[in-house]
Amino acid sequence: MSILEFSFLAAVLTATAPVVPAALGGLICQAAGVFNIALEGQLLWGAFTAVVCGHLTGSAWAGVLGAVLATVLYAGLLSLASVTFRADPIVVAVGTNLLALGLTAFLMRRIWGSGGTYSSPDLAGLPTLAELGLDVPVLGPQSPLVPLAAALVVAAAWWLARTRSGLRVRGVGGHREAAEALGLRAGAYRHGVTLAAGALCGLGGAQLALGNVTLFSEGMSAGRGWIAVVAVMLGGARPYRVLLACLLFGVAEAVGFRLQGAGLPQQAADAAPYVITLLALVLVAAAARRRPKETTT
Amino acid sequence: MSAAGSAAELGRRVVLSTPVPAVGGALVLTTLVMLAAGVDPALAYPALVRGAVADGNLEYTIAAFVPTLGMALAFALPLRAGEFNLGGDGQMAIGGVVAAAVALELPLPAGIAVALPLAAAALAGALVAGASAPLRTRLGLPAIVTTLLISAPAVSLASYLVRFPLAEQGTGMAQTPPLPESAHLPALAGSAYVTIGLPLVALLTAAWLYADTRTVLGYEIRATGQNREFARYGGVAVDRLAAITLTGGGAFAGLVGGLIVLGPPYRFVEGALTAPGYTFTAVAAVLLATGRPVAVPFTVALLTVLQAGGQGMEREAGVPGQLTQVVQGLIIVIVAVFATVRHLRARSGGREARA
Repeated sequence: MSILEFSFLAAVLTATAPVVPAALGGLICQAAGVFNIALEGQLLWGAFTAVVCGHLTGSAWAGVLGAVLATVLYAGLLSLASVTFRADPIVVAVGTNLLALGLTAFLMRRIWGSGGTYSSPDLAGLPTLAELGLDVPVLGPQSPLVPLAAALVVAAAWWLARTRSGLRVRGVGGHREAAEALGLRAGAYRHGVTLAAGALCGLGGAQLALGNVTLFSEGMSAGRGWIAVVAVMLGGARPYRVLLACLLFGVAEAVGFRLQGAGLPQQAADAAPYVITLLALVLVAAAARRRPKETTT
Repeated sequence: MSAAGSAAELGRRVVLSTPVPAVGGALVLTTLVMLAAGVDPALAYPALVRGAVADGNLEYTIAAFVPTLGMALAFALPLRAGEFNLGGDGQMAIGGVVAAAVALELPLPAGIAVALPLAAAALAGALVAGASAPLRTRLGLPAIVTTLLISAPAVSLASYLVRFPLAEQGTGMAQTPPLPESAHLPALAGSAYVTIGLPLVALLTAAWLYADTRTVLGYEIRATGQNREFARYGGVAVDRLAAITLTGGGAFAGLVGGLIVLGPPYRFVEGALTAPGYTFTAVAAVLLATGRPVAVPFTVALLTVLQAGGQGMEREAGVPGQLTQVVQGLIIVIVAVFATVRHLRARSGGREARA
């Protein structure tokens, strides 16, 4: 079975890894009752700032740290506009997604003098686990951010189910008035999850630009932030289901890549992840419709 | 009230209406972005204006205004019913490729040779967008997500068609052969780039404005957009309206694709439809018009000038043209904030009036 080759599994992990942190960001926002569709722009901004910080410092880890901080800052714009000023979060997110596309394309021309793709032998990528001494099949060629993403899924599940702050976030999302009547400041939790989603998108962007490859190219998030939004819609507020949805996307991308190698046109490979994600979304939504309605919404 | 007083009142209302502070705020922020990036605004802004309107550039700007206005209708029509159509790129690309296929494969007499590909393009765009309607009304999946998810494979499909079955043989370029002469959109007198697409889209805009303000359908669409449950309670078939507005929006987007392909250079060139970013320039323009459909043609004109001028700015002042995309993104965020602040102020103002 060629589909179970190690290289295929590795390709699935590579395709999944940047989406998982972004989807977790969307998930904790969802848990707090915030529909966050700004992930696409934040993922792109994370990828860009990772490369800029990596370029400036010569260190991939500084790139990761810079991406996380810069994307928290970028998410602050969404948080300020939609939580503090109570602007429509969907419209603001449409704006920040477009802004990220323009700002990264603009700044890369100002910094490196040309658009398109920036890569340089001086730009350090993240080390692989094999280089760090963990030379096992499948995981070996991955960056340390890949197991970190998996750990974050476990952490998110534990946090939402078992900790006081996690339960409070869900309380704010489940019944805002009741939570506020109990003395929770809903706005503060909404700020918190929005900024945390920014940090996670920074991490996902760094994995995309310094883990999967070692370069930045315009629009390189290429819809992954939207896939993350769909993963949250598929998985609800349940982290393991969201991980499963991200893996489905990863498999679709890896299969598309394989098929391209087997002679299928590149456009089919490009379309595969979207088509499969959309089909999954439709099937899950149709199945949910057929089940008797639960009392909570 | 004296004439001067009412003029001052009118002036105050114009200044405080959302688009003005939004444009002003965006210009201030753009200037700050320029300064932060080490660009001299005193050089950049004149270059921007020249790039949009000086020596022959005006014709390009008007030519770009047509698809942007068309895409504004594609976004605005569903938005009035509360549905976000972000899949304009896919609807436009499929419309364009269908128009090219019809024009290339069916030898038609003059007149119909233009009308039929355009109608087919509109129909194709309507089908692509319409796919999101049952997903929205039956499965509760937000149109903003499904239109976007459908758009990406639709663009891929158009790209595949133009590279393989419809490709011009022997050139290796991702484009169709030139369309037959009879399918060319007639150019407006004395222009090389502006076609009858301009009056056509202007007419459609006028029809939309009329329908929005003066017809029952328009009223029901607005009622649904303002409060879906209330409209449903009032007897409006809200699900049907979601389907009508989404397919209608898709038809506009498909038509734009057809207009681009039947206009110069009279063929489907890959990227020529989606690369200029008409879809999101239009989104920014519609949001900038903040619920005033009459303002849409003006905001579209403003952002088209900005977009076209951005290229001039790049040539003359060496400022990357992507700055205009930055401005569009900022405008959307600022509009969203101003709209809420105004809403909240109106509510608290009402309370004071009653007290």
